[in-house]
Amino acid sequence: MGKITYREAVRAGLREALQSNPRVFLMGEDVGKYGGTYACSKGFLDEFGPERIRDTPLSESTFVGAGIGAALGGMRPIVEVMTVNFSLLALDQIVNNAATIRHMSGGQFSIPLVVRMATGAGRQVAAQHSHSLEGWYAHIPGITVLAPATVTDARGMLLAALQEPDPVFIFEHAYLYPLEGELDESALPVDLTQAAVRRAGTNISLITFGGSLWKALEAADQLFHEGISAEVVDLRILRPLDISTVLASVRKTHRAVVIDEGWRTGSFAAEVSAQIMEVAFYDLDGPVARICSVEVPIPYPKHLEDAALPQPEKIVQAVHSLMGR
Amino acid sequence: MNIPLTSDEIRQTVLRLLGEVAPEADLTALKPGVGFRDQLDIDSMDFLNFVILIHKTFGLEIPEADYPKYATLNGCVEQLSDKRAT
Amino acid sequence: MAEFVMPTLGSDMTEGTLVEWKKKLGDRVVKGDIIAEVDTEKAAIEIESFHTGVIEQLLAKPGERIPVGTVMAIIREVGTQATPAIQAPASPPPLQKVSPKEPVSPPPPPPPPMTAAVTEPGRLRISPAARKLASELGVDPAFVQGTGPGGAITLDDIQRSANARGERHEAGGQQPSAPLTTGPTPLASAGEGGDRQARMRQTIAAAMARSKREIPHYYLSTTIDMGRAMTWLKEENIKRPVTDRLLYGVLLIKAVALALRQVPELNALWKENAAIQSPAIHVGVAVSLRQGGLIAPAIHDTDKRSLGDLMSSFQDVVKRARAGTLRSSELSDPTITVTSLGEQGVETVFGVIYPPQVALVGFGKVVERPWVIEGQVVSRPVVTASLSADHRVTDGHRGGVFLSAIDRLLQEPGQL
Repeated sequence: MGKITYREAVRAGLREALQSNPRVFLMGEDVGKYGGTYACSKGFLDEFGPERIRDTPLSESTFVGAGIGAALGGMRPIVEVMTVNFSLLALDQIVNNAATIRHMSGGQFSIPLVVRMATGAGRQVAAQHSHSLEGWYAHIPGITVLAPATVTDARGMLLAALQEPDPVFIFEHAYLYPLEGELDESALPVDLTQAAVRRAGTNISLITFGGSLWKALEAADQLFHEGISAEVVDLRILRPLDISTVLASVRKTHRAVVIDEGWRTGSFAAEVSAQIMEVAFYDLDGPVARICSVEVPIPYPKHLEDAALPQPEKIVQAVHSLMGR
Repeated sequence: MNIPLTSDEIRQTVLRLLGEVAPEADLTALKPGVGFRDQLDIDSMDFLNFVILIHKTFGLEIPEADYPKYATLNGCVEQLSDKRAT
Repeated sequence: MAEFVMPTLGSDMTEGTLVEWKKKLGDRVVKGDIIAEVDTEKAAIEIESFHTGVIEQLLAKPGERIPVGTVMAIIREVGTQATPAIQAPASPPPLQKVSPKEPVSPPPPPPPPMTAAVTEPGRLRISPAARKLASELGVDPAFVQGTGPGGAITLDDIQRSANARGERHEAGGQQPSAPLTTGPTPLASAGEGGDRQARMRQTIAAAMARSKREIPHYYLSTTIDMGRAMTWLKEENIKRPVTDRLLYGVLLIKAVALALRQVPELNALWKENAAIQSPAIHVGVAVSLRQGGLIAPAIHDTDKRSLGDLMSSFQDVVKRARAGTLRSSELSDPTITVTSLGEQGVETVFGVIYPPQVALVGFGKVVERPWVIEGQVVSRPVVTASLSADHRVTDGHRGGVFLSAIDRLLQEPGQL
């Protein structure tokens, strides 16, 4: 027990993975000498040596492809991609190879690859380093998509991902790295099947994941003081989505707001919202609302960036509107 | 059991038991010579319960054939004085 | 879009034959308009539309036999999007020069308002959950004031309306599957006498109005010779101490319960357009309350109890009904009701069924009547038993079988 930062949690997970299995190695831009862009692998080069902590050229397609090859060859590679924006360079490897080979080989080959990458905005690093494209990845069959939002999940999801026989993509929200949270060691190892109710409530369900969880919890706090009891559901796993936890919540509260830092059109929130309406239509006491990012490239200036992203006030407002207040 | 002795005590006890069976009934206007069921809103179940209460209070076995004798206040007093005497 | 389906025009109808369409493709129809003529086993019937709009598709042809529930036509409701064929062709906007300083792509559209304030005319603004609850509680949402966004009717509004209904005089109110007096409210608190009285009256009013509105009653009666039963009872009661004696009403209740084993169709509840037979026999006994009103709690598993057991259960529920300490299961579980008004000198009961039950048995007073036995006129105690039954569920024949079963059972009182 005790408070640790999200960054420390990721680092502890990595270290345990490297220590416990000699087939595990870490590969990516600046993970070695520099200690990782987000300092998640600081000191690892000395601790584990250059064979297992490998700096790569600035070529996402190459090193993700190398990871796929290593996984095919029996290794347990962890590939770090600096941000989700840069991962687009590796999409061919991811979509056409990593996600398909088990299927196309009739189950003869599996790719136990883990790819970690930073996602999300809020740090004034502008439009080429701030996007949230988890929803795109969740569209792809053949891979698992994780969004750890708590230090416990940041600590535990990597180890759980390494147990999977197929590619797993872990999206670490960059805004979370310096934030502290209570590590719940009793929850380790974490499961990769269920969404989590982070706060129980009765009047409305706030459904979210990743970096927006804290905003939803803050909104729930404000709403609580107004006498509105909001339940906060952390999806945790975007693919395969645990819709039953979501539906159970909505059936209890009869109202839902989905909060997703991706852009609204074609967002993951749209998928969640559609599934709620498909299955729980007659339990709804109002339309499902979505709080997403404004449809612009994420701006650099702080006030514009703040305005573009989901915020607790916007969530509170949406709840008011849904409840006729 | 405290068996009442005087006619008046018997009458008071019968009225109390009747009140238990039919709590809403106005017993002050009860005509002693007229049947309970003609004056009060009681049915055969109530009457049976009344007979059971008399049985328990006075310690008497009352055959069904004797029920009509207990249908008025006067009848009850008469019966119960009789029984006490024997 | 609204679907026009083959309606069911009687519980026995499974299909109908389309005789002719009364409207053509593209015709406007108003709710209530005759759209089609359909032939059923019993008669040709004109079918009305439940929707207002324009006939967009006719899917059935005259002469076709069509199962109940099959979509026969599509009606485009007023206010919905017209199909492209009807819409005037949209001409592309003229090309415009864009000044280089303006953004090339148009600004993203603002997110749609969460609760658009536009609702089709004639359509209620009500949430799906509220609509569902309204149908469960029998509340007509058309009369409910919405307090949600844009005046939408929400779950709370329906719940409030349902609660308020219990406090209003509304004989037309619906009480689906509610016991005759709902829950403990009418009885529990002795302090609020008048109020409680009024509420009970309203509850009875709603249930009885619904019964007479929805249930097609049929009535049968028969006079039963009670000679053997009364003699047997007298002898039996001599053997029993005063605390264990039986009332003849218990014989009637037991006879009804056993007769239901022979005609189980009458031991049923009507739910969602179907009768569901109850696996257990829980006879509800109508108990009049001294303050007015009545209640019919169940004596559970009536058919399985001995007469002595039945008598003490009967005494117990009557006592508790009058004391206001019935259990909710006793209020919700009866599968049939027995009422006796013999104490008041009534000879024949013409009972009103308690929804969702499908039958009620009434008994009058046991009276001495001239009776013919083997050619001799003798004086016998007789009672008139009557059956009120739901014609949707049973027919007179089964009702008659049931009454004669009661009669036969009462001729063998020792077997009860």
